Amino acid sequence: MDLAAVLPQVFTGLVLGMIFVLLAIGLSLIFGLMTVVNFAHGSLYMLGAYFTVFLLAYTKSFWVALVVAPILVGGLGFAIERLLIRRLYGRGPDDPLLLTFGLSLVLIETAKLIWGKIGLTLDPPRALAGAVDLGFMAFPLYRLFVIAVTIVVLIGLWAFVNRTNVGLIIRAGSRDPLMVRALGVDLNRIWLLVFGVGCGLAGLAGALAGPMRGAYADMGVTMIIESFVVVVVGGMGSLLGAVVAGIMMGQVVGLTTLFAPKLAEIMVFVVMAVVLLIRPSGIFGEAGLAE
Amino acid sequence: MKSITRRSFLATGAAAAGVTATQGFFPAVLRAQSDPIRIGFPLPLTGPFAALAADQQRGAQLAQDELNAKGGIMGRKVEVLFRDDQLKPAVGAQRTKELIENEKVQFVVGGLAAHVQMAINEQTKKSKVLFISVSQSDEISAKPDTSPITFHEALNPTITSRVMGKWTCDNLGKKWWIIYADYAWGKQNNMVLADTLKANGGTLLGSTPYPLGSAEFSAHLPKIQAAKPDVLMSVTPGADNIAFLKQARSFGMDKQMKLAQPLVWISYLKEGGPELYQDVYGATNWYWELQDSIPTAKKYVEASMKKFNMPPGDYGAYAYSAVLEVARGVELAKSTDSFAVADALRKSPTYDHFKGKQWWRTCDNKSFQDLWIMKGRGPGKTKGEWGLVDIVARVPADEKYDRTCAEKGFA
Amino acid sequence: MRTVTEWVARHPVFAFALAFAVFPFVVPYKALAAQVLIFGLLAMGFNLLYGYTGLLSFGHAAYYGLGAYGTGLVLAKTKLGSLWLGVLAGPLLAMVGGAVIGFFCLRRRGIYFAMLTLAFAQLLYFVAFHLADLTGGDDGLRGIPQLPFQLLGWSIPLESTLAFYYFAYVLVVLAVAALKRILDSPFGTVLQAIRENPDRAAACGYDVNRIKHLSFVFSATFAGLAGGLDALRLAVVPVESLYWTTSGQVVIMTLLGGAGTFFGPFVGAGTYLVLEDRLSVFTESWPLVIGLIFMAFVLFLPKGIWGTLVGRLPIGRI
Repeated sequence: MDLAAVLPQVFTGLVLGMIFVLLAIGLSLIFGLMTVVNFAHGSLYMLGAYFTVFLLAYTKSFWVALVVAPILVGGLGFAIERLLIRRLYGRGPDDPLLLTFGLSLVLIETAKLIWGKIGLTLDPPRALAGAVDLGFMAFPLYRLFVIAVTIVVLIGLWAFVNRTNVGLIIRAGSRDPLMVRALGVDLNRIWLLVFGVGCGLAGLAGALAGPMRGAYADMGVTMIIESFVVVVVGGMGSLLGAVVAGIMMGQVVGLTTLFAPKLAEIMVFVVMAVVLLIRPSGIFGEAGLAE
Repeated sequence: MKSITRRSFLATGAAAAGVTATQGFFPAVLRAQSDPIRIGFPLPLTGPFAALAADQQRGAQLAQDELNAKGGIMGRKVEVLFRDDQLKPAVGAQRTKELIENEKVQFVVGGLAAHVQMAINEQTKKSKVLFISVSQSDEISAKPDTSPITFHEALNPTITSRVMGKWTCDNLGKKWWIIYADYAWGKQNNMVLADTLKANGGTLLGSTPYPLGSAEFSAHLPKIQAAKPDVLMSVTPGADNIAFLKQARSFGMDKQMKLAQPLVWISYLKEGGPELYQDVYGATNWYWELQDSIPTAKKYVEASMKKFNMPPGDYGAYAYSAVLEVARGVELAKSTDSFAVADALRKSPTYDHFKGKQWWRTCDNKSFQDLWIMKGRGPGKTKGEWGLVDIVARVPADEKYDRTCAEKGFA
Repeated sequence: MRTVTEWVARHPVFAFALAFAVFPFVVPYKALAAQVLIFGLLAMGFNLLYGYTGLLSFGHAAYYGLGAYGTGLVLAKTKLGSLWLGVLAGPLLAMVGGAVIGFFCLRRRGIYFAMLTLAFAQLLYFVAFHLADLTGGDDGLRGIPQLPFQLLGWSIPLESTLAFYYFAYVLVVLAVAALKRILDSPFGTVLQAIRENPDRAAACGYDVNRIKHLSFVFSATFAGLAGGLDALRLAVVPVESLYWTTSGQVVIMTLLGGAGTFFGPFVGAGTYLVLEDRLSVFTESWPLVIGLIFMAFVLFLPKGIWGTLVGRLPIGRI
């Protein structure tokens, strides 16, 4: 095997993996704690990209846009949980999935109405343009930035979930919501927070992906399916699983594209089917969580 | 608790049925004599190519206005009815059925993307309605898909890629790498480009498919860079084109090789901007600056500026021409019968609506027309909002660029 | 006349046959009627699995697609020239597909089950996309001939919209009758028991997995018949038939009409398709309207149009 050809692919797969990770963590958090399958996640990703374009035009600063856009999407997430999802608690497990499915249609069409049908271009800032010579390839600086940002965010999230009280409640709530409520914790507020944070992560993924692929209304449509695959492979509700599976899937796509390009799109599904049939709850998932 | 009484239930049901029933009957009653001539136009107003469809719509509207300003066709007003086919064959087929059955269109123009065109074509063949297809497809003008009432106004992958392939070989370099979208249009272009390169003494260093719509090319680019081609030929339609050029430039490839593609689309040129498209070469069926040299072009551009405040684009031009051809056929045949119109067009195949001489080939109803090779103007060199490319060469129409009648299945 | 509604409840198949006999004259144009009939059948198949057995499948496009390609390939590629064989091939292929895919997917429950059904459907999509020599790839399978309907020496051409509608109508009525038979049988009752409480059904001694699998296969067969009929209707099989958005549409239709009700799927399919048809003439943003309506139903009218209408009536679940 030609190492010179494989190494660049590993790196580009890593970037793709990072986007998957950000999306999968949000989905997994939301599902793990609230048992809600958020089908609108892909459109929130899309909105993250569009908001970035909008903020960039408004403030002329990419850095501001990168910080504010995910916050805006997170805020939208708060609104969605409070106004829509909250009404469905106590009903069947499929209802939030169906509701967010409809919501994704609405968000995509609204984006087209506001920003037009053709999509918008988004460029990385001057400081991040250009490539870095890594020895075996010239790697775009912006993509290294994406990897760096994701790692920082992941560290922050890990600290939040494992080192704060709120994080403790989240972990406990995933395991046994009834007990947590019985202990007097207001889970509703936590759910609101988790949903908002999950959506904010999707928005961040979109904001980061925008300069690589542009912003267009359908950009979330394939991503949502692939993100679900990642979450399921990693194990619904497991953050570690989301990270591992996200990176793994990025590599799967990258390497399949190198060796067998025609199979690249199917590979994610094949991997998922195989994983599920061998380890029914995903790699790190816990049995009984999703059934 | 009040429950729905059977009376109110039946009443609501009857009312609903009544409304839908009258909906069905009403149009029939209103349709008396001296009907307008209706042309159905399915096109993907929603979906990834919506910008091109908007262009098509403007072109068709210009043609409609021009015809009606002259008093219509045979004294009858012309109406073009647009329907969103969402770029899906099933929807395109359903819309065509609706246009034919409900709106009673006599002719159909339209389609963007080969698979939708062919679904539309199946319906028009079934209902014996003339169909002029206005976007790229190799199959639509060949057996078994074509028919005596199936006409193809637009270019197809064979013509475009033979022309662009030869020109690129002669002018840009003979060592290529091709990257192409892995679906019918992409594959056809790839095949023709590879054949043309070989026929002109060039070498194909490699050819990479990628899944259509997947805007992630970085996986492929390092490999291409390592091979050091003279020319990187990209068959990347729609938004993929912008994503691809962006990523290729971010990897520095624009400095290492020439970037070419079989087609450039003005809508994406505008969206991507001059920095992105600088020195990118591609072919096109139409560009508005042609008005400087062609009188019919000037008339067309002026009409578009007046109505829409923007010059007409490439796909709009196909639509404009096709609608005018329907009109010409009806005038020649003195009838709205699709077969008569088709025969009339074949008997007088030459026309010139907006860019110089075009003609229909008899065996396959294929329109032959000039092409131009364009090169993107860099930032600072553009002329106004739409002056985005330089015309580098003109390739006059020639039947040799397409498959022969025999190759298409005609005896 | 409470008796009318009671009569409808007691003879649903006959009521259905009556309603759809005149349906082409009620909708804005006749070609729409055939579309409603066929997608209603598809939704009905999905409803058997979701509404009656409680299993949410997000991959029903697979069986619709298998049905369409089955019928399409037999009619377009073989020289058998028999409409009957073509029409039977579709549901048969879908049945086999349902049996195989169901076997794998049913090893999981809940969201994992849904994801597996989606994965298999996407897999089929990619296979169809890339086996272009066989299926036409993304250009679709073309060249499906419009064979006449032949029975006992009669030959009726099916080229006109109405002729095709009534041909499809006969088959759909038969399918609806079959569904009624399934639901009325002990098997049908156990299905609904499984929907309500699978563990309890197992505790009662029923082989839950085998019954779920059988329901899956029936569901796929109905969907396959819908696909086969659609292949005839369109004369092409687009590869998008297998894409997950088709599955999503089926889910919307069923929910809109009323999951777990007998007529719900047809009401939902009719509403969705007529809405889409008429709205798209006026606006390009019709998915926005449909999305909003769908969300409103999930939030406020989870029983769907038909489900809410008949939910108040003491006539049992139709």
